[in-house]
Amino acid sequence: MKEIIVLSGKGGTGKTSIVASLAVLAQNMVLADCDVDAADLHLLLQPSVREKHDFQSGQTALIDGIKCTQCGLCIELCRFNAIKEFKVIPTFCEGCGFCYRVCPADAIIMQNNIAGQYFISDTRFGTLVHARLGIAQENSGKLVALVRQKARELAKEQKVEYIICDGSPGIGCPVISSLSGADLALLVTEPTLSGIHDLERVLGVCRYFNIPAMVCINKYDINEDNTCRIEDYCLAQQVKVVAKIPFDKAVTEAIMQGVPVVSYNNSKVSPQIKLLWQNIVTELKFKTELRK
Amino acid sequence: MLKRMLKLKNSVIDKMIISVASGKGGTGKTLVATSLALSLKDKYSVQMLDCDVEEPNDHIFFKPTITGSEDVNISIPKIDENKCTNCGKCAEVCAYHAIAVLPNTVLVFPNLCHGCGACAYLCPENAITEEDNQIGVVEYGQADKIDFVQGKLNVSEAMPTPVIKKVKEYVNDKCVSIIDVPPGTSCPVVESVTGSDFCLLVTEPTPFGLNDLTLAVETVKALGIPCGIVINRAGKDNDVIEDYCVKENLPVLLTIPFDIKIAKLYSRGITLVEGIPQWKENFIELFNLIQEQVYERNHSLKR
Repeated sequence: MKEIIVLSGKGGTGKTSIVASLAVLAQNMVLADCDVDAADLHLLLQPSVREKHDFQSGQTALIDGIKCTQCGLCIELCRFNAIKEFKVIPTFCEGCGFCYRVCPADAIIMQNNIAGQYFISDTRFGTLVHARLGIAQENSGKLVALVRQKARELAKEQKVEYIICDGSPGIGCPVISSLSGADLALLVTEPTLSGIHDLERVLGVCRYFNIPAMVCINKYDINEDNTCRIEDYCLAQQVKVVAKIPFDKAVTEAIMQGVPVVSYNNSKVSPQIKLLWQNIVTELKFKTELRK
Repeated sequence: MLKRMLKLKNSVIDKMIISVASGKGGTGKTLVATSLALSLKDKYSVQMLDCDVEEPNDHIFFKPTITGSEDVNISIPKIDENKCTNCGKCAEVCAYHAIAVLPNTVLVFPNLCHGCGACAYLCPENAITEEDNQIGVVEYGQADKIDFVQGKLNVSEAMPTPVIKKVKEYVNDKCVSIIDVPPGTSCPVVESVTGSDFCLLVTEPTPFGLNDLTLAVETVKALGIPCGIVINRAGKDNDVIEDYCVKENLPVLLTIPFDIKIAKLYSRGITLVEGIPQWKENFIELFNLIQEQVYERNHSLKR
């Protein structure tokens, strides 16, 4: 079983469109949407939800106004400025429990958060594990870890070969959580200066956690000079550029229709995405052989 | 028209915080934030704060002269092995499992520590002091007439929020401050948007754009901040967003058409108003509309 995580650093480079298309091509796989903040993969796969679970994570302090003597110790000690006028501001509370432990009047309790929900769904292409973090909640990293764990369990059960994960933009906690222990990170970038800058940072994270990475340049013909720069950079970093996908309005049209672009029509991006998948499969097989 | 001009005259607000957010990544936050700042710089004092500390991009467009920087640290525990009795209290009180007490030693995992300080305060032996762990940096400087501030989270660090907090300490309440917000809807977004007078939500007319806009609107509403919509890459499918905005009573304040020329400018790190100067007027009009919205809201709050 091989786990592939699709990341980008910068948002909107085409992660989700590519993941949905890989799902069509791979067939024998389980999907995981690790962008729990703003999950979109379900919009292309029309999943029917089979299971729905609450995601409990972390705690929030609550002050009992009757017991509280307004001594002010909690306000003084809270590093997150989460207590104002002897009331807890839930969006600022990080659930450390410091106030609860020091309150001389025992006026503070810690309550469990329901920080979101996760779903196990059936799609035409395979099982999808996805999630929804509650509005303005934290701990997205833990929810990502949970989504991946469920995806792995299902993949084992179904004896499938691949897990394909759609990642979130950025380089922080949900990204780190989706990377750890993955077999391959596919970095989708675009030939813009922002895209290049963000690629360098997300590749840095892959390096730090020792995850092999490959690069796919999406909309490569928007700026071919920048595409060359990315290729040179990748060459210098010894990272393979596995596909160059042209800009095509068919990608947006497919999103409008709610279907993966490779099953939308014979657009010029489809052969490139097919090539991308072949290259990923070859790379993973090669790595397995090497290990043997 | 006259009525509107009168209203505008009364509603000129030259000090406010406008955050530019989106939910979905890559919809054009940076494009809108940078062009808005450049369009206002001749008339107002303008400050640009890049709170997308995981992937800050505004500097690519502004090429600012950085004049100073400040480290962002969180306090992590340092254990004095001579005083420590391995009682286990610190591990017990740590909500983030950042401390493990073994028979002969105590391990601290800095990446998990949120710096709450509970362990140091509650250690019965006073064996814990706190030391700084650098997780990022805030840089500041000038770009033309614009005051520029950006945060950068160190690669491999997981917690952007303390860096965002530090960036926001630089907010100057005597000017128009424009905050570039990271994508998403969770804690980094909340931290960036909190305290704004107005939030611009940039979206695109696709089901992805709509789905993530819906989440972003919920987040901003939960914070009680008024918001307005910018539709980027607009085209024949604008109804996707416009219908939702009518239903939710959200104003669409600016529409930027899909244009390969704009995409190419962006790819070279050129802002929209520099590449196509006619756009400046549209961004000034956008600011006027924001002023009206903020004015009306302040007015209705007073009543």
